Amino acid sequence: MRWPLTPRQEQAIVRLLLLFLTALSIFILAFIIFFILRHGLPVLSWEFLVRNPREMGKEGGIFSTIIGTIVLIILALTLATPLGVGTAIFLTEYTPEGRLTRIIRFGSECLAGIPSIIFGLFGFILFVTKLKFGWSILSGSLTLAFMILPTIIRTSEEAIKFVPQAYREVSFSLGGTKWQTVSRVVLPSALPGIATGVILSIGRSIGETAAVIFTAGSALRIPDSLFSSTRTMSVHFYILAREGISLSKAYGTAAVLLISILSVNIFTYYLMNRFLRKYS
Amino acid sequence: MRGKENREKLIQLFLLTIALSAISILALISIFIFTEGLPIMFRHGFKKFLFSLDWYPSEGYFGLLPMIIGSLLVTAGAMVIGVPLGLAGAIYLTQFSSKKVRNLVKPMIELLAGIPSVVYGFIGVVILVPFVRENFGGPGFSVFTASIILGIMILPTILSISIDSLMALPPSYREGSIALGATQWQTVRMVLLPAARSGIIASLILGLGRAVGETMAVIMIAGNATALPRSILDPVRTLTSNIALEMGYVSGEHRQALFATGVILFIIIMILNTMANLTSKRMAS
Repeated sequence: MRWPLTPRQEQAIVRLLLLFLTALSIFILAFIIFFILRHGLPVLSWEFLVRNPREMGKEGGIFSTIIGTIVLIILALTLATPLGVGTAIFLTEYTPEGRLTRIIRFGSECLAGIPSIIFGLFGFILFVTKLKFGWSILSGSLTLAFMILPTIIRTSEEAIKFVPQAYREVSFSLGGTKWQTVSRVVLPSALPGIATGVILSIGRSIGETAAVIFTAGSALRIPDSLFSSTRTMSVHFYILAREGISLSKAYGTAAVLLISILSVNIFTYYLMNRFLRKYS
Repeated sequence: MRGKENREKLIQLFLLTIALSAISILALISIFIFTEGLPIMFRHGFKKFLFSLDWYPSEGYFGLLPMIIGSLLVTAGAMVIGVPLGLAGAIYLTQFSSKKVRNLVKPMIELLAGIPSVVYGFIGVVILVPFVRENFGGPGFSVFTASIILGIMILPTILSISIDSLMALPPSYREGSIALGATQWQTVRMVLLPAARSGIIASLILGLGRAVGETMAVIMIAGNATALPRSILDPVRTLTSNIALEMGYVSGEHRQALFATGVILFIIIMILNTMANLTSKRMAS
């Protein structure tokens, strides 16, 4: 039997099908955002943001979980940023491509692929039990820092590579040492690109649940030391939804989660575009 | 002058130490997961862990087969949903749409990759689970439901990396084929897709890894039963959910069995990582 369609007809059909599937993907993803905001925005109020949760989150707001999220992320970034940027500098400026760089990159890529529940298991056994930090901000932020390290390495590396070679040559020709060149010429020029990676990992951290719930715990009070347990927004949302504590508070928390992640991501996108335009 | 040189040496050494952090962390994670998980596997025998159907950890039965099958089913289902959608999007946006549409839609979908997994799980619970229960039967918490949600979750990964690898092809491939009289679709099918093969495969493996490792969304919608599912409308428990569900309250051998679950998951993920790494290496050369 002959294929009944001419190539042109076949193309027209395929094209329509592809258009439909693409539109479907966009629709699904847009619908998720719309659905959460539609149910969540009415719950939002100033009180919801600045009041502490009461009765396990059934009443009150989400203030302590916002604080928990922010503290955890700031600590994780404080640890992961120097490590990540240092690694990127070493890979791009201090070693020729070779076995060493391949091993370091492979390690970083593998780390990026490890699921968050494995990080949670690891953080639980090492920080919570072996080192006796307990469920705490310290355990949570260390685990989170390990998780976001690969993102920071990769984006910093790309940002540093984007800095034109001529910048370095000028610095060397003026008698600058390697480190002077890196710290005073290369890093300042790559800074916006590096910032992109850091902000990107903030977005990822806000939504992280599995790694955080087993290391930072789920205490609802405002943390007062590195060793107090805390509950992040995403963990709070998970508990509200899964234990059926309050559907409306769950929607409200989800809306805050989504709005903060989307604004962080949009800001990252804007920064990245500006950075790329500057050097190309 | 001497001091300056020494300082430079010191800085280089310091940076080398930092640069080894990622690989050391990876080593640390493997060591801890394996030392916690392997002893119990040796004690009870690997066969019992991998091929037994009974998971009654408080009575000393640690069969992980239902969870291994659960992870496989849910991941395969996610690929069935996510791959066609992701590839179709990548092909349409690179070959048939205007540049303007592509530059608008691609970042949009990548932004959506940031939606946290708990939110996907929640959407699954409030919309998809009741929908499946009423229209297809069963409890609603099922392989089917989890596959759909996971498929949507891996869609941005597949779409975005496939677009990148299709865009990276030299324009002459396309021009040459069109000049020979092929239609755009023939060009895509016979020239561009084969040429971008390794990038696309890498995107599929990354999507696969994400689906296997996903935890919170799956816990919320897959039903978590430890019995083998008889149909795709039955509930199922994955390796990841097995860890997360019981981690909070257990100790002793039961906790070690969860680490054994972690060992199996870790091995699967490392195999996928290495595969993705190798294919993208081939793409670069």
